[in-house]
Amino acid sequence: MKKHFKVSIDRKLCKGCSLCAGFCPKGNLKFVDGELAFDGECTGCMLCVRYCPDMGITVEEVKP
Amino acid sequence: MPARKYLRPERLPTYWCPGCGDGLVVKELAGAFGDLGMDASNTVLVSGIGCAARAPGYFLLESVHGLHGRAVPIAEGIKTARPELNVVIFSGDGDLLGIGCNHLVHASRRDTDLTVVLIDNQIYGMTGGQKSPTTALGVKTLTSPDGNTDRPVDCQALVKAHGSFYARATTFHLPLLGKALRAALTHRGFAVVDVRSQCPVNFGKRLGFKNAYEMLMHFKKAYRPVAGEVDRLGPGEIGITR
Repeated sequence: MKKHFKVSIDRKLCKGCSLCAGFCPKGNLKFVDGELAFDGECTGCMLCVRYCPDMGITVEEVKP
Repeated sequence: MPARKYLRPERLPTYWCPGCGDGLVVKELAGAFGDLGMDASNTVLVSGIGCAARAPGYFLLESVHGLHGRAVPIAEGIKTARPELNVVIFSGDGDLLGIGCNHLVHASRRDTDLTVVLIDNQIYGMTGGQKSPTTALGVKTLTSPDGNTDRPVDCQALVKAHGSFYARATTFHLPLLGKALRAALTHRGFAVVDVRSQCPVNFGKRLGFKNAYEMLMHFKKAYRPVAGEVDRLGPGEIGITR
């Protein structure tokens, strides 16, 4: 069964370095008006979590 | 967040610039502590001066933020007085291979049981981007506008001369970095993990990299992981030496 994930960005921790945006294989993380935003379907690969130097992203599995 | 019990999330956000590699190494080191189930009350972090030397402040461990270049003698003193403690040094290339280079050589010669996490961003980032002891030949920095003419310090040659543990990784190759940190922490004797890291603000921009992601993609291309344990790593190789 397909898994679903919720991506949360902590605005207090994000410095806008764009590492997560570069690593997201789906291109789901983009900058909108200078602020990081998530839009799209997350596959749960956790690359953004691993490569965020500021521990500003959390990805949790959600039950549909 | 990896191995949260070793970190102090209330101190975030970190002091470092956007895209700095120091945060990635902090996470991997906390993860390595967690994987090895290390006792936080029995582990000490020591650092000198520089951007990377601020890292112990984000760990929920006893730590010493010492003088510039003197992280190694402080750590040797702690280890000599209290041999049961795990003593880990977290510092940068200017600190450990510039002003404190002789301490590194002699601790390696004595084979003191320490783990050194060396963040090598090849620049003095905190002070604005002056060339450091590990800046590669021909590289343009604030103080070498026509390209660096001095050969970089070969950390591997310094510590392998005395048969100490040496591993090299980059902030792109995080699984390898974690493996190298775990191997260094469990090694009995002097162990150095040389982490090629990025300074996107005071180094990368001057070299034409637009952001930290481009620098990490450069590491991906420029460094080749070697399988198993080798006697010596070549210039573009990363891995663990025996």
